[in-house]
Amino acid sequence: MASDPAHERQGHDAPHDDSHEDRAARIRRLLATEGPAVHENTVGFNEGRYESVARLDDYEALKEEARTIKEDAIERLPALVEAVTEAVEARGGHVHLAADAADANRYIAEVCTDADADHVVKSKSMTSEEIAVNDALADAGLRVTETDLGEWVLQLADDAPSHLVAPAIHKSREEIARLFEHTFDLEDPPETATELTRFARERLGEHLADADVGLTGANFVTADTGTITLVTSEGNARKTVAATDTHVAVAGVEKLVPTVEDLAPFVELIGRSGTGQDITSYVSLLTPPVDTPTLDFDADETGDPETREFHLVLLDNGRLDMREDDDLRETLYCIRCSACANTCANFQQVGGHAFGGETYTGGIATGWEAGVHGLDAAAAFNDLCTGCSRCVEACPVGIDIPWINTVVRDRLNRSGETDRFDFLVDGLTPDAESGGPPLQKRFFGNFERVARLASATAPLSNRLAATDVVRAAMERTLGVDRRRALPQFRRETLVEWFAGRPDPLVTDAFDDVTREVVLYPDLYTNHVHVERGKAAVRVLEALGVRVVVPPVGSSGRAPFSQGMVSTARAHAEAVTDTLLTHVEVGRDVVTVEPSDLAMFRSDYHHLLDDDRFERLAAASFGCLEYCYGLFEHDERRTEQFDVPPADRRVAFHGHCQQRTLGLDGYTEGVLERLGCDVATSTVECCGMAGSFGYKDDYYELSVAVGEDLRDQFTVEGCADRTVVAGGTSCVEQLDALLDRPATHPVELLARALV
Amino acid sequence: MSSVGSFTASLSELDVPWTRSTVDALDGVLDDVLAPPTVAAPLGLDGYSLTDRSDVTLDPTPGDLDGATTGLTAAGPAIADYGSVVVRADAAGSEPVSLYCERHVAVVAESAVLPSMRAAIGELGDAIRDGLTGAVVATGPSATADMGELVYGAHGPTEVHVVVVEGR
Ligand code: SF4
Repeated sequence: MASDPAHERQGHDAPHDDSHEDRAARIRRLLATEGPAVHENTVGFNEGRYESVARLDDYEALKEEARTIKEDAIERLPALVEAVTEAVEARGGHVHLAADAADANRYIAEVCTDADADHVVKSKSMTSEEIAVNDALADAGLRVTETDLGEWVLQLADDAPSHLVAPAIHKSREEIARLFEHTFDLEDPPETATELTRFARERLGEHLADADVGLTGANFVTADTGTITLVTSEGNARKTVAATDTHVAVAGVEKLVPTVEDLAPFVELIGRSGTGQDITSYVSLLTPPVDTPTLDFDADETGDPETREFHLVLLDNGRLDMREDDDLRETLYCIRCSACANTCANFQQVGGHAFGGETYTGGIATGWEAGVHGLDAAAAFNDLCTGCSRCVEACPVGIDIPWINTVVRDRLNRSGETDRFDFLVDGLTPDAESGGPPLQKRFFGNFERVARLASATAPLSNRLAATDVVRAAMERTLGVDRRRALPQFRRETLVEWFAGRPDPLVTDAFDDVTREVVLYPDLYTNHVHVERGKAAVRVLEALGVRVVVPPVGSSGRAPFSQGMVSTARAHAEAVTDTLLTHVEVGRDVVTVEPSDLAMFRSDYHHLLDDDRFERLAAASFGCLEYCYGLFEHDERRTEQFDVPPADRRVAFHGHCQQRTLGLDGYTEGVLERLGCDVATSTVECCGMAGSFGYKDDYYELSVAVGEDLRDQFTVEGCADRTVVAGGTSCVEQLDALLDRPATHPVELLARALV
Repeated sequence: MSSVGSFTASLSELDVPWTRSTVDALDGVLDDVLAPPTVAAPLGLDGYSLTDRSDVTLDPTPGDLDGATTGLTAAGPAIADYGSVVVRADAAGSEPVSLYCERHVAVVAESAVLPSMRAAIGELGDAIRDGLTGAVVATGPSATADMGELVYGAHGPTEVHVVVVEGR
């Protein structure tokens, strides 16, 4: 494991020593300082990604192909290492398989010494950041110059990358101008982006001409030929190789792909996924030593290409252990395109100096940091992944990034100390967790028990919870931010209401469908938003469907998000037992809450055996999805509704997980069919994300994310629309941010029933 | 659309100027697109030689590279879908010539225009196994967004001009 990480560079917040308050304070600071530049750039990249991938005819097939190549390559990794070693050595190059950072650095320093070098130029490489090679080479008495403009800025500022692809994304043009002016003591300092670029090009041109060794990373290395692929835009990586006689490429072992032909899908996907460019300016396929004359700028002479030297340093540093780890293995498929960061609502607000570890940034950083620097390196930022899942469809190799975050959270929970307030939740929440998840996680993770007790004692529980004393205590012991309104628990749950109500009136006007459904009484619908559940029952019955609302436990979404995987699994098994008895007699499962549907249709595959997972997944539907299907069966069903004029213009926010499942279109479809004009938000997540927005560390970040959504729903043309959102969290967040109420779509349908 | 047609359409979308020319008309085209001083690597077109042009320096020294405004090289394959041209490393210095100057003029034989990235990478795979040591898929000028907004001409050329040679 690397021991001397780049985080010691000033300006990069050491992630280890952060107590509760430090974290909140750091997030607040970054929201104010680096946030605006990060936001503008990442949102631009993310929009660019949507546009660029839409221009591909075969986007999904390319992703599939890329994924398959990576799975195969990691599977056959030892053989590929052998093959590439043979290929490189056959051409006169050298390969060093480095066990860890120290080993890699020692080798690189030796190569420099042997080449009699005193100056090393570098192109951008996260792997070289991982091993902190700059510090190691400086210790060996070498000068190192970063030649990527962004990396050079960071080197001058003694700062650390905040993004996988655009390392200085957090720096504004003005800051860079000030940095150059002060560093170089300039009389007529460059100001515009063009002037700054010219200035950097000239300065770096001198360094490139002077250097002896060129150090690059590699986006891909082909095992058959030893071809180093570099995906770049500035041209500095090309110069780093062309202008120096000795080329050292540092690459994680996971960068190996079997053949040159395997590069095709990656070359098409990487730029589109990352910065939204169809392709970057330069994709270099170098099979060194390169047959291009050496350039001696001092002597103004070119030299024989034959004198070029090449070293490939393949870095293990924990990767071969990750390969053996069933949950972390997927991380090795990552091509570091940055899509998961750009698409992440939280990352967009704070960037990689909060949402990142010692080296890596964004959602996948959790996997990388845990794998190469150790579990603790992921601890400080791992909770910033809320599991919204928007990154999953953006990832060109289809990594289940939220799952990696969940697994690492689970491992961190298990390695934790028992909290001194644990007795508070122990009686309330006997869970299946060994080790000690932090108290706050246990509270939110076991929310079902809290909700049951609160319902049983409502309205007293609500009144009690609203008092200052209790809110202060909840904030102190559980980190529940007192600025958030708490859910109002209902004495009569949906299940109780259903059991006690008179016989239903099911429309029998439609004879095409004889299905019966279980309306799944999720935690919130059952205990808090009981009216929403009743609305769903009324709507389904009006459409000719028989409904049952049996007592069923909570899906396990809550403990799952807290990284309490065993508890979540226990929930999943119990819920599936109950629901499958209904499925077996021919009932479908209809959900009100998209985050629970996402459990049934997606996350349960991590928790259940395949057969049970598939049976439940195939029988589960979102309620608007179900209505859409019923409309398709018999168009006359739309006549059951007459949307009141006030509801005919709708501002709709699709729940994040609902969008990832591809289900948001059904809500739009249903509303449009009923004559509504629908304007849909383009933000990736509302920012509430279940318990996330309640936690005092993250309250302000959650609100900042929500403000993007608020802005979209308060612009002219939207400000007067009825606000509709699919998830409980989204409705709560929108209620807190807007002066007009937000509604679940099924409630809008219920009030439109004729 | 033919591959050449979609290649030039892609170039236009990238704002990369292009010209179609026969070998016979090539000198006239180069008169227009070379901004002196020019360094070059041989274009590899049968029956055409740059040695006849006095305004072009072949086998440039590092100083020539630094002092030149235009770098003239052959390129191929070209990729119609992307408007990309592939610069191949060679002992004549195509790589530095295409990289160090303000303007890169890339000369592409019509027959070297392939429809897709996949086709180009397939061809490069064979070439690499045959000994090709460097191939840069170059698309438009060099660029950076690191200084606060998009700027063309980072470390590499600020402008690219593509000449498609007909009948070759
Ligand atoms: S996890 Fe996927 S989306 Fe994120 S950087 Fe890696 S490849 Fe890109």
